[in-house]
Parts: sequence; structure tokens; C-alpha cells
Amino acid sequence: MNFIANNLLTLILFIPTLVAGVLVFLPSQEKKLIRWVAFLGSLIPLALAIFLWINFNRGQAGFQFEEHFVWYAAINSTYHLGVDGLSLTMVLLTTLLTPVSILASYSIEDRVKPYMILFLLLETGMLGVFLSLDLLLFFVFWEIGLVPMYFLINQWGSEKGEREIWGGRKIQARTYASFKFMIYTMGGSLGLLLATQMLGVVAGTFDMPLLFERWTALSGALFGLPIGTVKAIAFWAFVVAFAIKVPVWPFHTWLPDAHTEAPTAGSMILAGVLLKLGAYGFLRLVLPLYPEEARFYAGALAFLATMAIIFGAFASYGQDDFKRLVAYSSVNHMGFVVLGIAAAAFAAGTEDAVIALNGAVLQMFNHGISAAGMFFLVGVIYERTHTRDLNDFGGLFPLIPVYGGILMFTAMASLGLPGLNGFISEFLVVRGAWPIFTVYTALSMLGLLFTGAYILKGIKKTLHGPLNEAWMGRISEINLREIIVMAPLLVLMLWIGVWPAWILDVINRAMAMFF
Amino acid sequence: MQFPILSIIVFTPITAAVLLQLIPSERMTEIRVTALAAAFFAMFLSAWVYFSYDAGAGGYQFVEKYDWLPVLGISYHVGVDGISAPLVLLTGVVMFTGVLISWGIDDRPREFFTFLFILATGVFGVFVALDLFGLFFFYEIAVFPMYLLIAIWGWKVTREYAAMKLTLYLFIGSVIALVGGLAMYFASGLNTFDMLALENANFSREFQIFWFPFVFFGFAVLGGIFPFHNWSPDGHVAAPTAVSMFHAGVLMKLGAFAALRVGIMLLPEGAQFHLPWIILLALVNVVYGAYIAMVQTDFKYVIGFSSVSHMGLVMIGFATLTREGFIGAGVQMFSHGIMTALFFAVVGMVYDRAHTREIPELGGFARAMPLVAVAFIIGGLVSMGMPGFSGFIAEFPIFMGLWNYRPWIAIVAAISIVITASYIIRIIGSVFFGDMPEQFVGHIGDVTALDKVALVVLCVIMVSVGVYPSVMVPIVESGVNGVLALLGGV
Amino acid sequence: MIGNVTTEMILAILPEISLLILAGIVLLMDVLWDEERRRGLGWLTAAGLGAILVISLAAAQPGAESVRMWGGMIRHDWLSFVFKMLFIFGAGVTALFAMEMRELGRRGEFYLLLLVSTIGMSLMASAGDLIMLYLSIETTSIPLYILAGFFKRDNKSTEAGFKYLLFGALTSTVMLYGFSLLYGFAGTTDFTQLTQIVLDGELPLSLVLGALLLVLVGFGFKVSVVPFHFWAPDVYEGAPTPVAGFLSTASKAAGFAVLMRVLIEAFPVAVPYWTAILAALSTASMTLGNALALAQHNIKRLLAYSSIAHAGYALIGVAAVSALGITSVVFYLLVYVITNLAAFGIVSAFSRVSGSDEIADYAGLSRRSPGLALMMLIAFLSLAGMPPLGGFVAKVFVFAAAVQQELVWLAMVGVLNSIVGLYYYLIVLKVVYLYRSEDEDKPVPLTRPYALALVILIAGVILIGTIFAPWFSWSEVASAALF
Repeated sequence: MNFIANNLLTLILFIPTLVAGVLVFLPSQEKKLIRWVAFLGSLIPLALAIFLWINFNRGQAGFQFEEHFVWYAAINSTYHLGVDGLSLTMVLLTTLLTPVSILASYSIEDRVKPYMILFLLLETGMLGVFLSLDLLLFFVFWEIGLVPMYFLINQWGSEKGEREIWGGRKIQARTYASFKFMIYTMGGSLGLLLATQMLGVVAGTFDMPLLFERWTALSGALFGLPIGTVKAIAFWAFVVAFAIKVPVWPFHTWLPDAHTEAPTAGSMILAGVLLKLGAYGFLRLVLPLYPEEARFYAGALAFLATMAIIFGAFASYGQDDFKRLVAYSSVNHMGFVVLGIAAAAFAAGTEDAVIALNGAVLQMFNHGISAAGMFFLVGVIYERTHTRDLNDFGGLFPLIPVYGGILMFTAMASLGLPGLNGFISEFLVVRGAWPIFTVYTALSMLGLLFTGAYILKGIKKTLHGPLNEAWMGRISEINLREIIVMAPLLVLMLWIGVWPAWILDVINRAMAMFF
Repeated sequence: MQFPILSIIVFTPITAAVLLQLIPSERMTEIRVTALAAAFFAMFLSAWVYFSYDAGAGGYQFVEKYDWLPVLGISYHVGVDGISAPLVLLTGVVMFTGVLISWGIDDRPREFFTFLFILATGVFGVFVALDLFGLFFFYEIAVFPMYLLIAIWGWKVTREYAAMKLTLYLFIGSVIALVGGLAMYFASGLNTFDMLALENANFSREFQIFWFPFVFFGFAVLGGIFPFHNWSPDGHVAAPTAVSMFHAGVLMKLGAFAALRVGIMLLPEGAQFHLPWIILLALVNVVYGAYIAMVQTDFKYVIGFSSVSHMGLVMIGFATLTREGFIGAGVQMFSHGIMTALFFAVVGMVYDRAHTREIPELGGFARAMPLVAVAFIIGGLVSMGMPGFSGFIAEFPIFMGLWNYRPWIAIVAAISIVITASYIIRIIGSVFFGDMPEQFVGHIGDVTALDKVALVVLCVIMVSVGVYPSVMVPIVESGVNGVLALLGGV
Repeated sequence: MIGNVTTEMILAILPEISLLILAGIVLLMDVLWDEERRRGLGWLTAAGLGAILVISLAAAQPGAESVRMWGGMIRHDWLSFVFKMLFIFGAGVTALFAMEMRELGRRGEFYLLLLVSTIGMSLMASAGDLIMLYLSIETTSIPLYILAGFFKRDNKSTEAGFKYLLFGALTSTVMLYGFSLLYGFAGTTDFTQLTQIVLDGELPLSLVLGALLLVLVGFGFKVSVVPFHFWAPDVYEGAPTPVAGFLSTASKAAGFAVLMRVLIEAFPVAVPYWTAILAALSTASMTLGNALALAQHNIKRLLAYSSIAHAGYALIGVAAVSALGITSVVFYLLVYVITNLAAFGIVSAFSRVSGSDEIADYAGLSRRSPGLALMMLIAFLSLAGMPPLGGFVAKVFVFAAAVQQELVWLAMVGVLNSIVGLYYYLIVLKVVYLYRSEDEDKPVPLTRPYALALVILIAGVILIGTIFAPWFSWSEVASAALF
């Protein structure tokens, strides 16, 4: 027991890799065995995460369950893990969504073994970002997460669809999407890489707590330039990298393709967790390292966030492809996260800032749940109808009432209906940002209006209206496995919507101590 | 004197070469097995030396010294420090995997392994040499077998041209460096070729500034420094697989290593004077090499040019003259060596089956040889500097060293990372995924068990160093401390 | 002086005496033995030479100082001794190579001429005055003229012998004129006295230089440096291959021996001048020799031009007038003799079976006879200057001597030339190892004499390349005689 408690974070982090290692040795043809080993294996980190949650002392400041080992001593980087309220929430999200996604992937028949191995490696990558308290280690896990995602999209993504690239050559849509995802994100991380190197050189360490102290204490000139200039450049390097990931408008153009072409579970994880990595980066790194720059540029950030909310909603409304609609909705929802962060950056230390941050973090969690749910449901209908075009559906509710009910429930959560989780987080963001960025917040209400529009459009075209005769007798109801996939998500949506205190408390205390 | 393990490592290959000559040439299996046994033995001993090296104590260990020609101060003096110990290990690994990959050679395998082993002895000898004469002696031994190996067993289209170009280029470099070495010998007034003594020789500043370019470039030609890199891509492509593995994996490191040992360590003031502009040449290597790699259509040429690019990073690391830069360069020599050996092994496996290396003509090979595809992907990730693998562990400190030196060079060099990523992804997609062209369907078999063993060994090493850098970095660091001490005195 | 012949004096010329006795025995056996057994002459000569080698090493080693003997005609010192041993060794190997050749090996005259030439060379190495020098040069050369043209019915051989004769006669005349000038001005033919006179400044420098130039013509011919090299390619190509081998090695070494001795002992005052001249000659030889070798497709001509180039390399050491310089030259010649003999031996063995000396006909040799191909590899790589073979060490020492004397540019020229050399040696090896031919199933058998000689030579090449200390100390002792 003691061993588990002492090394809890390492266990959570590497058990997925261990399970992946076990999978390597299983015969490729035993698909059922592989799926179940993967699924049950992924429940272990979830169990440990719940254990972590229970034993987490919410009143205590700073990081808990810290682990500190030698890693790359020659350049002052160590294996340093730890959680606070923020990362704990994210860890819970990740360890919850992974088994759910794996269960959702049971319908994959092609090369199940490599698929599951990649998925589990992806989980380690994501967890590593959340748990890491060393900047270099953070970067390592940040980049590592890209590779499995690339292959998941590239190899198991939607088979239909083509894109034309330079020279008139046609390649598969999933190839295009995965390549764009990889290069875009890596391009963004290039700035992050360079800035990380520079930070390590200047501060003499990569350990985040130390780094925060030393870096903010610097003054004078650096590399022949005033320290303010250097910090501003580094700030934007970090911001661009994270902005691409979140994604913040206008760096979002990789997202619709990646989300649409990815396999269902891939989209679930992509929208559910991967986007949060970017937001987490803002909170964990940008705000503590560059408080002045963040405050200075907060207006610009809030502007971009507002654009994301509005344009994301507009774009979503204009889609005919259901999956693409949900993809753009991620842009829309994540915009709120960034708005909250921007507000907090601008008015650091005030109560409004704390409220905005609460909203942002909770929105991260909530959107993870609801986006994963939405993507899954789109996947469910796609498997039955083999189309994602909204115009092809029509009035399916009588044929698949259970599915319809679940879809409506999830959609309402996504829309922000009071009583469900989405409302709480969006309200908190708006409440916190209003005194700080009134105009932007007001404008984002426009976006909120259209959020409703596109959600309702999606539901209407799919479930309501005259029944499309073509589907009669050709479409099956949602099955037990799929319901089980949705179940924890639905429960959480309701629970947080009705009684958010259990999670808000953790987040709130962490955010209050943030400044 | 302790157990002469380094001498055994150095002379095992050539002894095996002599023994191989005694086996009749029709007995292919015996020849191959003997070669493999010798290679395994050498690898085992080199791993022993590596893991027994005491990083805390530092300095030269496993030292042996015997008189060779005392009247001229020539001695057989060998030892490893933190920088050469990983390289000795690298040579052992590449030798072993190279023999595994060459199992299928059926045209005079006896001569093939004989020449390969002579090459290996030369390489081992240079890495452990602590006497300047001995270094040149073994350095040239490592050059001439390349000609025979490439000209006889290489790719028919360009082998004669490439072999001659490579041999002449390398030989020119080494003899020019030799003259520099002789100049050092006489100018020191110490009447010794012993490098440890020459480290303290206190050559005059003018002497160092004059002779440093000769010595540095003479050796760096083998490291592939721009503009003397031209032999490398043709040489890589024309060579048979195991020779390419050796060539890119080990031989190019020989050049960089000798440039460090003889150039930087013995002529530190000359180094400090000249390296600022040399770093620009290395920068050209890095960026231009990556760009050229990107536009190639022949699979092997891509890898060849990528070697030029990665070796540029090694030389940049040296040229910064910083602790981080040297550490990164030291790790990069090892990491890139393993990675490129893997790349060439994979190229060889693809070519043996498809008989073409043109990327547009290939495709879908992952289904035919899944392990190979995974191995290549891992190698590709190392090449891109993806964290979690040894390439990142190597490249990151080099960039840190650049930040300490000239930040703008770091930013320019970082462009190569993106270029590398793009061509690596392109190759992986074009060669291994997508649809297999008509003519190959049903004709591409999987690779042999021996090939798989070789690939797994190489992958494990790259991942291990990437995940747990402490398995290599402390040793390199102790070697770097020694280098910095010599530079610090300036 | 007859009454005062001491044992020392006898021992000083013990090699020559023994050679003379051996020559007599060979002559006798030639008469006594019939056609069949005359092959045994070769074994007899070789064994005899081996015995002479052993006896001389045992009994006739000189002291540390150079001693004038026989009225100053002979110098008994390590320089002459080392060279003598080299010549005897070379002659023995040549005898082994020649044994199997049809018109050569069964003729007693061949061995006789060989031995007489060797006597001449030994005397050359130990000559102490101008007359002895001239006599010994002629004693060496005239048998060689005949040996070069030994194949009476072969046009090329006859041409070779004739050309060699004409060239040799011309150059030795010029040289003799130089000697006579020296005698005329100095009044003595003895080197030591000559040196003293020149040093005392009694002779104007211009006269000394003039005589020196004339003398150099003769020596240059013997050593076959540019511009006295024109005879070499045709003679090497036309002469029977073992003879060409002997010419290119022992005869050249003898030329170097006298060159060094005369220049350093008799003309120390003109050092800067002849250093410059030799450096120029060396550069020209290396460059021209290597350049012309590139165009050859006959292997003997290629080896001829390569010999010219090697003479150039060795001259670098002479131009670097120092203890290390002379040591490096002696060492270089040691290595060169062994290596070149091996090369010519291999050519001889191959042409016995294939009847051709064209490089293109060597295609596929590595499959026909892997052992022979390997020996060729070793010999040619040693000529190119690759470790772990003798040629590498020899070149390093020669270049080191140049660098030590601040002749760095000369070392650079040498270094760049060795690259050119490497090119054409590799081309030959490429033909041997890479190219295919229809004759691949016909092996090239090595008879016992060939096998024995080649193994000794190749082993020597490798040995000198790795464990070079003993050979170096020999060379040092030899050079100490001059410094």
C-alpha cells in the first residue's frame, strides 16, 4: 500500500505503457483478448486516479504526491512529478476518457493490436504533460503524444474522402489531416522548444518551481537585448505553441480536418483531452512564467478567444457534416476556456479572476466529457448509416429512441443548458470575465446564441422532422456496450450540473492559491 | 598492467580476418558464423568496457602502453575516456548488427568479412589511440578497405565512381592532417607522439592558428563537413548495406572524433580562433543537408544526406566550445550512429526485395514487413529529435550550447528540425504505408530472424538512452570535463 | 699493401669474396649439370646467397665508426653493410623468381651475371674513392644491360637491353667527366681527402657545383629520377620480369647508397644547393612518375613509373639532410625493395600462366587465385603507403624528416602525390577484385620458388609495417655512418 502511495503518480503515468508492453506479446489475431486486456488495463490508472482524488488534501497549497528522481542531470533536468488541483482534475479526465474510448473502439476490426498499443502510449503521453513538474519533461511528453495520434488518424481514420494538394495530386483525407496535425503542432512546438532551451540555459534549471522563481526574478539585459523584449518573445513562443493546441483562433485550422478524419475514439480523445493540453500549458506555464506579459497581452488573447467563440459557432452552424459540426464546436467551447484565462491574466489576484479561472478549468473538464460524448454518438450513427451528412438523416427518433434520448441529453450539456455541466462552467467564465473584459464577454454572448443554433440544428436534422423512409428497418438501436460507454459521461454531466461542489471545490482552492 | 581488454577489442577483428582466410571460400556457413562470433565477442567486450567505465573518476581508463619506436617517441598507447567509451560501444554494436545484416551476401563472403574486419580494427584503434602516430596508423587502416568493399560489393551503377571518390577524399584529408601531426610533433620539442604529453605542449599561438585548419579539416572531411561532404552521399548509396551502416554509423564519427582529439584538444587556441567561422560551415551542413535530403527521390540518398545534416549538428556542438555543446555532440555521435545504422539496414532490406529505391515506386511495405516499419518509424523519430528517444537527448544540449554562444544560430538550426520531420514523415508514408504497387504484391517477403534481431537491438538502444539518459550522459560528461579542462587553460 | 692484409680487411669484403666464390661454383655447376638439373642452379644461387647473408651478419659486421680500408678504396661501415645485405637479399629473391622462366632459369649465365652485378653493387655501397666508385658502377651496370636484353628472340627485350646500354653509357660518361674534373682540381680521388680540400675552400664553389651536376647525371640515371628516367619504362617493360624487379629495387638502392655517400661526404659545403636541386628532382619525379602512371595499361610500365615516383619520395629524405632524413631514406629503401620485388614477383608469376602483362588481363584474379590476389593487394597497398604495411611507415618517416627540416611544402607535395599514387594502385586492385573474365576457373598455380619468395616478401612487408623498431634502428645505425 505504501509503495502505491509513494509512487502513485509514476504508476498512473506508466501503467498504460506497461499494459501496451503486455499487448505486444499477445497474438495479433486474438482481437477479443487484446481489447479486453487493453480495456481492463486502462481501468487501473482510473482506479488509481480516484484513489489519488480521495487522498488529495485540497486545503494544502503547492504540489502533492511529488516524486523527484535523477533524469538528465547534465543539463539540470530531473524526473519531477506532482499534482495540484488543476492537474488532478485533468488526470481524472484523462484516466476516465481513456477506458471509455477504448470501450468505444471495440468496433475496430483492422489491426487491433497496434491500435490499442498506440492508444495506451498516447495516454502516457497525455498524463505525462499533466503530471510533469519539470519543463523539459513537460516538453518530452508534449511531443510524445503527437506520434500515436498521428498514426491513429493516419491508419484508422475515415477511409473515404480525398484532398487535393499541390501539383494536383490527390491523397487520402486522413493522410492530409494527420500530416497537417503533426506538422502544425510540431511547427508550433518549435518555438516552444527554442524558448525552453533558452530558459534552461538562462535559469540553469528546468524544475518548474525553481524556474518560476528564477525567471521572474531576472532583470537587466539578456543576449544583448532588454530583458523585457526577450521575455516577450519567449512569451509569444510559448503562447503560439499552446494556442495551436487549444486551438485558439486563428491557429485552429488543423482541427476540423483532424477531428473529422480521426476514428471515433481518436476524436474523443483528441477533443476530450488533447486540446486541454494546450489550455493546461497556458495555466501551468504561461501565467506563472510571464505574469506581466500575460497581463499586457491579455486583451489580445481575449479578442482571439472571442473570435474563436463567435466564428467557431458560425462555422459549426454552417456545417453539413455532423462530425465537422462537432469539431467546430470544440473551437467554440475552448474559446471560453481561453477567455477565462485571459481575464484572469489581466486582473490577476482579484476575486473575478479566480471565478474566471474556475470556469475555465471546469469548462476544460466539462467540454472533455461532452465533446467525447458527442463524437461518440456521431460515431454510433455513422457506423449504422455510413454517412455523416446531416441532410441524409431525418426524423430518426422513432426508429432509435434510446439513442435519440442520449443524443439530446449530451447535446443539451454541450449547449450549456442549466442543470447540466456545461452551464456551470460557461456561467462562471462569463461571470468572471464580465467585469474585466466586458465588451468581449458581451460579444461572446453572440457566440453563445449560435451555439444553441448549431446544436439544435444538429439534433433537428438527425432526430426530428419527417422520417426518412430510407432508414426504416435499416438502422439498429444503440447497443449495450455503447450505452455503457456513454453512461459515465452522462452521469458526470448531470452530477456536475446539479451538484458541482465536489469538483469545483478542488479547482477553486487550487485557483485561489494560483496567484 | 591490467588485462589488455582494449587491445583485444582492437585486434579481434583483424585476427578474425586472418582466421577467415584459412577457411575455404565455399564454406559459406562457417565463414558467416565465425564472423558473427568474432563480432559478438568484440561487441561484448566493448559493452564491458563501457559499463565498467567509472564516470566519477573520469580521465583515461583501461590504459595500456608499450614501446613501439622509443627513439622517435612512438608508443602503442591506448585508453578510453568518457567520449570514446560510447563510441567503442557503438562500433561493437554496428559491427555485430552489420554482420547479421550481411548474412545474405553470397559473392565471396570470406573476402567481404575480411575487409570489413580490417576496417573495424582500424576504427576501434582510432577511438582508443592515445599516441598520435598510432591514431594515424589506425585511421588509414580504416580508410582503404572502404574502397574494396564499395567497389566490389556495392551498387553496380555507381560503385566504382563512388568508391574511388570516397577513398581519395578521405585519404587526402588524412594525409593533410598527418602533415599537421608531424608539425606538432616537431614543434613540441618533446620528441614524443604521445597525445597526453602533447596536450601540455604549449604550442605557440601562431603555430596553433596556422595548423588548426589543416588538422581539423583533414579529419572533418571524414565527418562530412561542408564543403568537403560530397563524397558522403554517393559513398553511402553505392556501398553495400553493412558498409553503409559502418560508414555513416561509425566512420563519420571517426572523423569528428579525430578532429576533436587532435584538433581541438591539442590546439585549443587555434580552435578558439577558427571555430567561429567553422560553426557557420557546420550550420550549412545542418540546414542545407536537411533541405537536400528532402528533395531526393532515392530512398538511400535521403538517408545519406540526412547523415550529412546530423553530423553537422555534432560539429556545431563541438564548435560552441561549451559544456552542453560537447555533451550533446558526444551523445549525438552515439545516437546518430545507431539510428543511421538502422536506417541503412532497413533501406537494404527494402531494396533486396523491391530492387528499387525510388520512393515514388515503393509503397505499402508495412504490411509485408511490420517489424521493419516499426523500427524505421522509431529511427525516424530519433532523427526528428522526438523526445523520448536518444536523438532528443543529443540535440537538446547542442542547442543549449548554441544559446550560450550565438542564439541566432540556434534559431536557424532549428529550421532543420521541421525539414527533417517533413521528409521523415513523407518517407514513412510513401514507403511503408499507402498502397503497394502492383508489381510487388505477393513478392515481398518478410525479413529474416537475424535481421529482426539486429533491428530490435538497435531500437532498444535508442529508446533506452532516450528514456533514461543517465545510462550514457554521465560518462560523456566526464569526458567533456577533460576536454574543457584543456580549453580552460587557454 | 699485399703483405699488410689483415683479417679485418678480409672481413670487410667478405660478402664480395663470398659472392665471387659463389659465382665460380655456379659457373662450374653450369658446366657439370645437364639441361635437366640446371634448374637447380636457381636453388643453388638462392641458397648460396642466403648463406652469404647469414655468414656476413655473423662475421662481418662493421664497427660503429666508418673505417677506411684497402687504401681508402673501401669504407667499412654500417651504411654499406646494410645496403649490401639488402642487395644480397634482393638477388636471392630474384634468383628464385627467375628459376621457373624458360629462357632464364636454366642458363648459368643468368645467375652469373646476377651475382657479378651484386658484387658491383656491394662495392658501390662501400666505395671510398672515385675510381672504385666508377668501377663498381660499371660492374653493376654492364651485367644488367645484358640481363635486360636476355631474351634474344624477343624484340622488346633486345630493345630494352640496347636502350639501357646506350643510356647507361651516356650517363656514366658524363659522370666520369665529372669525376675527372674533381680529380683534376683536387688532385685526389679519395673522398675523405676530397672533402677536406673542398672544405678548406681551396676549390671555387662554382667548380664544385659544376662537377656535382655532372656527377648527379650519372647517379640520377641509376636512381631513375626525372629527367634521367626515360629509359626506365621501356627497359622494365622489355626486360624479363625478374630482371626488371631486380633493376627497380637493388640497382636503384645502390644508386641511392652512392648518392647519399658522395653528396654528404664529399660535398657538404654545397648542401643548400644540392638540397634545392634534389628537392626539385624529387618533386619532378613524384609528379611526373605518378601522372604518367595513370595512363598506363601495361602493368610493368605502370610499376616502372611508380618506381620513378618512389625514387622521388626517397629523395625527399635525402633532401632533408639530417640524421632522421638519411635514416628515413634507408628505411624507405628497405621497404621499397621488399615491396617492389613482391610486386614484380607477382607479375612474373601471373605472366607465366597467362602470358600477358596487360592490366586488363588481371581481371578475375581474385577468383582464380585468391591467395595471389591478396598478396598483390598487400604489395600494392604498401606501395600506396597504407598501414599496417611497410609503405605507410616509410612514407611517414620521410615526410617527418622533411617537416623537421622546415621543408613542409615538399612534404605536402609528397602527400598529395601519394594520393595520385593511391588512385592507380586502386585501379589495378579494382581490376583484380571486381572485374570478371572467362578465365576465372583457371587457377594460377604458384610453384615452390615463387611461393617461398613471395611469402617471405609479403611477410616482410607486413612485419616492417607493424613491428618497425628493429628495422628503424638498423637504418639509424646506417645513417650514423654519415653523420
